[in-house]
Amino acid sequence: MYGKGLKPLSIATVALLAVGLSLVFFYAPLDADQGFIQKIFYLHVPLAIVALVGFIVGGIFAIFHLRSGDSRWDAYSYVSIHISIIFGVAVLITGSIWAKASWGHWWVWDEPTLVSFLIVFLLYCTYYPFRYAIEDRERQARYASVFAVTAGAFVPLNFMAVRMAQSLVHPRVFATSTGGLPGSMMFTFLVCLAAFALLWVTLVKFELAAKSASGQVKRLRRALDAPSPGGRSRIAPEVS
Amino acid sequence: MTSSRAAFAAILGKDLRSELRTLQALPAMALFAVTTFVIFRFGLDRTQLSGSLAAGVLWATLLFAAVLGINRLFVAEREEGGFDAIRLAPVDRSVLFAAKATALVIYLAALELIAVPIFALFFLDSLAALGPLVAVLLLTDIGLAATGTLISSMAVNSRARDLLVPLVLLPLVVPLMIAASGATEPLMAMGGPGYHRFGTWLLVLGLYDLIFTLLGYAVFDFLLED
Repeated sequence: MYGKGLKPLSIATVALLAVGLSLVFFYAPLDADQGFIQKIFYLHVPLAIVALVGFIVGGIFAIFHLRSGDSRWDAYSYVSIHISIIFGVAVLITGSIWAKASWGHWWVWDEPTLVSFLIVFLLYCTYYPFRYAIEDRERQARYASVFAVTAGAFVPLNFMAVRMAQSLVHPRVFATSTGGLPGSMMFTFLVCLAAFALLWVTLVKFELAAKSASGQVKRLRRALDAPSPGGRSRIAPEVS
Repeated sequence: MTSSRAAFAAILGKDLRSELRTLQALPAMALFAVTTFVIFRFGLDRTQLSGSLAAGVLWATLLFAAVLGINRLFVAEREEGGFDAIRLAPVDRSVLFAAKATALVIYLAALELIAVPIFALFFLDSLAALGPLVAVLLLTDIGLAATGTLISSMAVNSRARDLLVPLVLLPLVVPLMIAASGATEPLMAMGGPGYHRFGTWLLVLGLYDLIFTLLGYAVFDFLLED
């Protein structure tokens, strides 16, 4: 039932990503200051925004899970965090490339947004060892939800603290005011943001569908008394 | 209300009494802190510290010593059936969170009572920073206690108990450490304490304390179900 609507959603995602990337390369003007490398901005910033929103969405699903006790919400929360971590890896890599190109170093400690993102990313990386360390399935789901809620509250607090730790804040491409960005760049950026948000939704739906299918296969096997191959079910929540 | 207050006092009293009688956590934390100072003395090859280096050494040491105590916080509850007892008792479960967090604040204050004067003796050339430092220490302790109690109560019910607390706690307290060392750095500056953005950092510490205390209080119920 999770597979419903997956095909049109995937097609829409691919189409929007294609439109977004063609806008990036053929429509958006070259940045006067940074030149071609600035185009990684259309990849890096949407990915980061989608990943952070995804972490918070995971926390909101976790609240639903704690309130209702329905394990489906736990699966939503797990998959949201999972896909956001994958996006997070991409954010750190694209951020590094951008830093190397514009400041000459692969890692820059005085760029608060990058540092905040690293801390948030490190925190969410502990979601997996934390989750696997708890054996009882029901308790595992509950504890993972508590973690997701706590970490979700941590995200904005962390951004504030890191921003304040900078004695002087770098001039920022975007966050100072949206008026700082020319219209064509802004339009391209928004299309890319929508494309990556759609990609996130598609990937979440794909993983949920895959989990639900493998859960069904396992149940059928059990009904047929056949041994199930592999023991991966300990880790991920099952979707019914 | 009175029953929760009585339960709070009972749990807190029990914790403090058992710590006083067994001395399981505190001496280990203090010894660890002092040894770490000695290691920093050689690792940094400095006999005097000031400014950001002093703040960094102090907070890294206190944080890791605190992790030792946080690791032990719920061990007795798990091994001796304290969790079952609180589940059976007709009191609000959040009382356990409040009592444990308060006990942790007291442990941390006791640790700092030993470790900070020794730090000053080892590395600082004036004691002027210690007065205002008390406010920073206290606010940081509350934050550490709130997050520490939450993580410790979850970690103790897992297979990798001693591993999980540092793993999950350290990234979670990064904002706390940023604010604490931000406030401490000018206090320990060369040539007398300064108060550059002192109030702002205290505000950040207070905000962190408030958010994580409320959050811990709200979610702790779910950790004791079953």
